[in-house]
Amino acid sequence: MNPIENPIVGRGARDGSTLFRNWFDQLTHVAENGEHAGYVFVMGSLNELLHTFGVHPVFPEINSLQTAVRRVADEYLNLAEDHGFSPDVCGYVKADYALQLRGGEHPMGRIPPPSIAVLTNACNTYLKWAEIWERMYHMPVVTVDVPGSRQAPGRYTPTADDVARDRRYVEFQLRELIEHLEKLTGTAFDVDRLREVLDVTNRMGRAWRRVLELNRSRPAVFDAMMEGTIYLGVANALRGTEEGARFFEDLAEEMEYKARHGISPLLDGRGEHRLIFVGVPCYPIFRRFYQLFSEWGGVFVSSTYTWFASGGLNLDYEYDLSRPLESLAEGVLLSVQRAGDSMLFHDRYLIEAIDEFGADGVVYHPIKSCRTVSTGLADSRRVVLEERDVLCLYIESDMMDKRVVSEAQLKNRIDAFFEGLDSRKIRMEKAASAAASAKSVSTPTA
Amino acid sequence: MTDLPEVRPREPIRLLDIPFDGGLEAVLEYCREIVEDPDFPTVRRWREAGGKVLGHFQVYFPEELAHAAGVLPVKVRGGQMEREQADSRFGSYLCSILRSSLELALTGRLQVDMFVSHPICDAARNLAGIWGRNRPEPAQILYLPQNPNSKFSGTWLTEEYRRVLGELEAISGKKATDADLRAALDVFNENRRWLRELYAIKRSAPWLLPVDEAYVLVALGGLVTRDEHNELLRWLVPRIRERAARKQDKIRVVFEGGFCEQPPLDLLRAISEFCYVVDDDLLIGLRWILSDVPTAGDPVKNLAVAYLDDSSYSPVQHDLRKPKEEMLLKRIRGADAQACIVAAAKMCEPGLDEQVAYAHTLDDEGIPYFVTEFEERMTSFDHLQIQLETFVENLLFA
Repeated sequence: MNPIENPIVGRGARDGSTLFRNWFDQLTHVAENGEHAGYVFVMGSLNELLHTFGVHPVFPEINSLQTAVRRVADEYLNLAEDHGFSPDVCGYVKADYALQLRGGEHPMGRIPPPSIAVLTNACNTYLKWAEIWERMYHMPVVTVDVPGSRQAPGRYTPTADDVARDRRYVEFQLRELIEHLEKLTGTAFDVDRLREVLDVTNRMGRAWRRVLELNRSRPAVFDAMMEGTIYLGVANALRGTEEGARFFEDLAEEMEYKARHGISPLLDGRGEHRLIFVGVPCYPIFRRFYQLFSEWGGVFVSSTYTWFASGGLNLDYEYDLSRPLESLAEGVLLSVQRAGDSMLFHDRYLIEAIDEFGADGVVYHPIKSCRTVSTGLADSRRVVLEERDVLCLYIESDMMDKRVVSEAQLKNRIDAFFEGLDSRKIRMEKAASAAASAKSVSTPTA
Repeated sequence: MTDLPEVRPREPIRLLDIPFDGGLEAVLEYCREIVEDPDFPTVRRWREAGGKVLGHFQVYFPEELAHAAGVLPVKVRGGQMEREQADSRFGSYLCSILRSSLELALTGRLQVDMFVSHPICDAARNLAGIWGRNRPEPAQILYLPQNPNSKFSGTWLTEEYRRVLGELEAISGKKATDADLRAALDVFNENRRWLRELYAIKRSAPWLLPVDEAYVLVALGGLVTRDEHNELLRWLVPRIRERAARKQDKIRVVFEGGFCEQPPLDLLRAISEFCYVVDDDLLIGLRWILSDVPTAGDPVKNLAVAYLDDSSYSPVQHDLRKPKEEMLLKRIRGADAQACIVAAAKMCEPGLDEQVAYAHTLDDEGIPYFVTEFEERMTSFDHLQIQLETFVENLLFA
């Protein structure tokens, strides 16, 4: 059978889209029925605890980015700015603020108001954002403070005692969160239910890691910036659910198939330029942004977004079901720390990824809206260029605000980047060919 | 760090040559020169005498720990300068203090033996990583609790302070005993009392101490030992109280928005032409703890608990007990202010976010306010002065 005609190829994109739409429909249902909605964030979402109590997780970051993907973000941003928000602050926050003012109206459905907000300190804007809901709704806001790495990994190794006390701190706060959830729902904590939820998260993580790993194949099997973002949406929204776990198991199967049959996301994967994406995509022109690379044969084999925004699913860590709460605390600590590392100290990880994925180039995309992700990128680029023979592209725009997205300027820079990659490839091929000829001339024939 | 020797009493290193003989104005002018000097002469003198230096970025650091370990804690708060190197390490949409602080390190103007940043905002949390990639000295992050409402945060912070103390001891090569820590608390408690005195003068007789002068006196504490700062303030405060200055027809305002990046002194001076700044959050980290930290018991724990439970507020600390807009109202009412200047540094996300909540609350309460943005590198204040003058006239002649 022609592999292209095989129904397994493209299944992930199809199913992911359906699941995601269903998930938003479910949120509309929650809004209409006044059920409990817990506002959470992608870094340290604690979906597992919310599911244990039957609280529906709502991801304001995902809601906001969807307004940009669906090209209505400007309506929301303008409304927030009319209320006094600066053009220079996070567009996600502003879009959500406007969404709340509009009674949850969203292009994918209706977003329920929060019964509780659960956040970590993985991003400082989370804290400011939650304070807005607190003022609006006077509902419980529970912060789980997760200490990050104190220095760049490699320059400092925490002692076992350091790790243990951080874990104790997180675990204690999780127990405090459980008290809040018990009070909110009137339901006693059921550790067996938590165990079940953790089990499906373990399955989801196993499959997700396999998906990421399979992109080492040549050609790559998916675009980590474009498709990876769709998968991330499912990974966050359906984390801790059976359908989420099954989706990723199916996805891993699809990617195995594509790897076996050399099926690339590009029309012709043979001439692919293997790239690593650093940052958050340009959602106001998401598809076009992807095309600016794919038209040149660029494929993102890895993306830091799939590291820091996957809630730790990318890490080789599984919950120990014999001690669920302690293990959840360990997992939250590890996932938030590594998410921080992949934004604050990512140069070492990038260098490793360049080697592992055989990358030809790195694309840095700092954005106005997110200083956590963007602040260190220019400096990281300097270090990566010193250590690896790759080309790096540094382009600035935004994930929400199309006023700072100039497609013509992006295209100009991206075209020049690929011209460099192409000529470099030709030079390398010529050099390899010359070396081979020289070798054959100097080798005496029998 | 139990194998380290205990800190022995050492000859105090004099970092200042205060012209006491010249009188109050000469001393104030000297302090201003030191604070504005981009080459950090006090730090240089400390290092030349063999001392070790901790550079700690805004907003708060438990400086008592450094003091007890024999390390000079220096507040890294950027500055006004031409940037030659740091800008190539940063992209757009970032505040100035981040860039100028790194510039100080890259150009060698400020040399430290250890740098500590804090996750006060999304930009600052990156600074330790960038500093560490560009400088050989250890650069680390101190995570101050963003969930002070957890019953465990005090325990965790105490242990974290002990970890940091160990790092400082490693820098200085000297162990800080509990006695050293208690002595440090004593010195800093006295310092806090003097700073409270300065602010009491601002509230009760602001014509005696304009905002720019008060700022200089507070900022100096981040550049010298607190013993020497105390000595200076002991001499200054009574003389400021006796100063021959007359009350003028100016409105009483609170300046809010100076918790991290600092407005240029000339901007503060421009404000003081029309207003008495009777309270503010300028360099709030140096005034974070509100009263004396107890010296009895575990000094490190006492310091940690004071950070959490006996402290001021800022947009970069999340504490459910301290809704920022309510705290601002408290500050305004506590200082009997007529209006508020709600400022934010350009590109400062927490400051800009908070401006919205502040403005809405002040609207609700009917308190006049003036919203503005500033940058530490500003050199022209004409536009601001015109706007502020109009604002003040509206209040005076409404």
